[in-house]
Amino acid sequence: MAVTFAWIAVGAIIVTSIGLLLTRDWRWGISLLAVQYLAMFVLALQHWPLGMAAVKVVAGWMSAAILGMTRSGLSTIDSGEEDTWPRGRPFRLFAAGIVALIVTVVIPGVDTIMADAGFAVTAGSLFLIGMGLLHLGMTTHILRVTIGLMTVLSGFEILYSAVEGSVLVAALLAVINLGLALVGSYLLIASNSQEIESA
Amino acid sequence: MNAPTLWIIVPIFLGTLLLFITNQRLLSVLGGSSAVVLALMAQFVPIELALRLGPLSLKIDSSLTVLGRVLLIQPSEGPLLALIYGAAALWFFGAEASKAAPRVVPLGFMIIALMVASIAVEPFLYAALFIEMAILLAIPMLTSIYKPPGRGVVRFLIYQTLAMPFILLAGWLLAGVEASPGDLALAAQSAAMLGLGFAFLLAIFPLYSWIPLLLEETSPYLVGFLLWILPTMTLIFGAGFLDRYSWIRSSSQLILALRYIGLLMVVTGGAFAAFQRHLGRIMAYGAIAETGFSLLALSLDLRIGIPILFLLIPARALGLAVWSLSLTIIRENVETMRFGAARGVLRLTPLAGAGMVVATLSTSAFPLLAGFPARLALWEGLSRVSIGSALWMMVGMIGLLTSALRSLAVISIAEEYTSWEPRESQAQILMLGLGVIGLFILGLFPQTVQFMLADLPLMFEHLGR
Repeated sequence: MAVTFAWIAVGAIIVTSIGLLLTRDWRWGISLLAVQYLAMFVLALQHWPLGMAAVKVVAGWMSAAILGMTRSGLSTIDSGEEDTWPRGRPFRLFAAGIVALIVTVVIPGVDTIMADAGFAVTAGSLFLIGMGLLHLGMTTHILRVTIGLMTVLSGFEILYSAVEGSVLVAALLAVINLGLALVGSYLLIASNSQEIESA
Repeated sequence: MNAPTLWIIVPIFLGTLLLFITNQRLLSVLGGSSAVVLALMAQFVPIELALRLGPLSLKIDSSLTVLGRVLLIQPSEGPLLALIYGAAALWFFGAEASKAAPRVVPLGFMIIALMVASIAVEPFLYAALFIEMAILLAIPMLTSIYKPPGRGVVRFLIYQTLAMPFILLAGWLLAGVEASPGDLALAAQSAAMLGLGFAFLLAIFPLYSWIPLLLEETSPYLVGFLLWILPTMTLIFGAGFLDRYSWIRSSSQLILALRYIGLLMVVTGGAFAAFQRHLGRIMAYGAIAETGFSLLALSLDLRIGIPILFLLIPARALGLAVWSLSLTIIRENVETMRFGAARGVLRLTPLAGAGMVVATLSTSAFPLLAGFPARLALWEGLSRVSIGSALWMMVGMIGLLTSALRSLAVISIAEEYTSWEPRESQAQILMLGLGVIGLFILGLFPQTVQFMLADLPLMFEHLGR
């Protein structure tokens, strides 16, 4: 049963991470990020007790909320950097496909290295890391960069939960997630500062 | 009382309190004095030994347990703390002159405390988590909420954040290598992970593009502070890996890799500095070359490499402090720090111009300046191992020397009959004067800091012995 849930979570991760790459509306972006953290929680549960895994989803949702609340206070429309070729949707889908292909190839090897973490756990984490890196490589928009970093870290945290069960590590990673969201919010406000000053 | 509380938690608390003070001078004096007190205590108050003060007996424990893990500051790490907090005092006292005190003092305290925590945490591979927290705190230090962030800040955040997963995974893999030393594939994988992590953290070629960008966008003093504390503590953390894992220490491939990467940093740093037309970018490449020198020190026989690594630390701290303060003052008086705009600025900021040139010369190992003794020892050590490497190191230093001479030429060339109109404040003159004198003292009498440096290798079990 747990394995079935894990594969459902992997499916959710694939949908949300591709959705994050394609969507241009920040509301969808934040919502997808929140769902992604829920899927991450399910995968973390494969190796961690409920209490510790819950830390991940709570910290993740708080981070998403911080970013969402900050973005909702800013009226700037998203920059048009995504509109031009080769960064349009077809290109992104194509790039996501390549990431999926690479991930599929390396899953068995990484799973062996990571103390047989489980195929679902390895697949989910590697897909998140790959899509996060792809995201980071495609944009300089602050909100998207923050989401990209949070996606990479989510993938890493899933993989790391298979080999490390320390409470201190879980707490520090939660602090880092929240800190990243706060820094992202700070930079978001700063990047809109001219508008604030002139308003 | 325990050492982690004193040198980690108290500075974080102090930094938080200082956030509420906006007076530049008060912040600078309070921050600097507190750092001096912490440095003096680290140097003179023994850890794990009872200290009798009349009828009172004071003992500082070395450990603090947090969530089942331990923060441990060994008695042998006292001199390192003294060095770090002593150098921090230098930066904080100079903060008033740079007009960056509200950002550098409170956040600087917290960043230093987190970096100290990264050295103190057990198991030591959790250090990456504390370093990442310090990186996150550095963002509000580097950017103002009233100004859009530049590309350099975003790239800094991305590159430094990506380091953490690699280091943590490498730490876990290394434990596996210890358990089965014959597994060469696992050893290679862990070494690759570790290498990538440190490449991001130390901004190894070609991952250092954020440094010149930051120095174009942000106050040089703030960037200089980060270019001092982050690589210094990361290098000590990296040396910890060498100390703990004998197979890494004895790997001839790793020694070669360290040497080639160090040379790459020194040569590219020097060569790029020589061809820059922006004073800030020259400092950026100077700092990159500094990291290269440290990596070269780690590539030598560690009995001489580790003392050289520690000898490089005070010179780096003082050199970067003088360099970045000078650039901050020059930046106030010119439109941009490009050569075209900075022509003849020596007549407006004579001491800042001199400070910048002296600091650049010190980085390029100019005789009688702070950088000279450590680089001379490094060069000698390197020439014993490989003459070719020593020649490449010279190429890098010549590049840095060229950049110093070019900078001097640019800031001193002025229109005919332009009068001297010094605009530096008294605080700036005082701090720059002391800094430049310090660079000469460290160059002429390197033994002045030996009382702190001599015992530093004792913090490692195997290195430097």
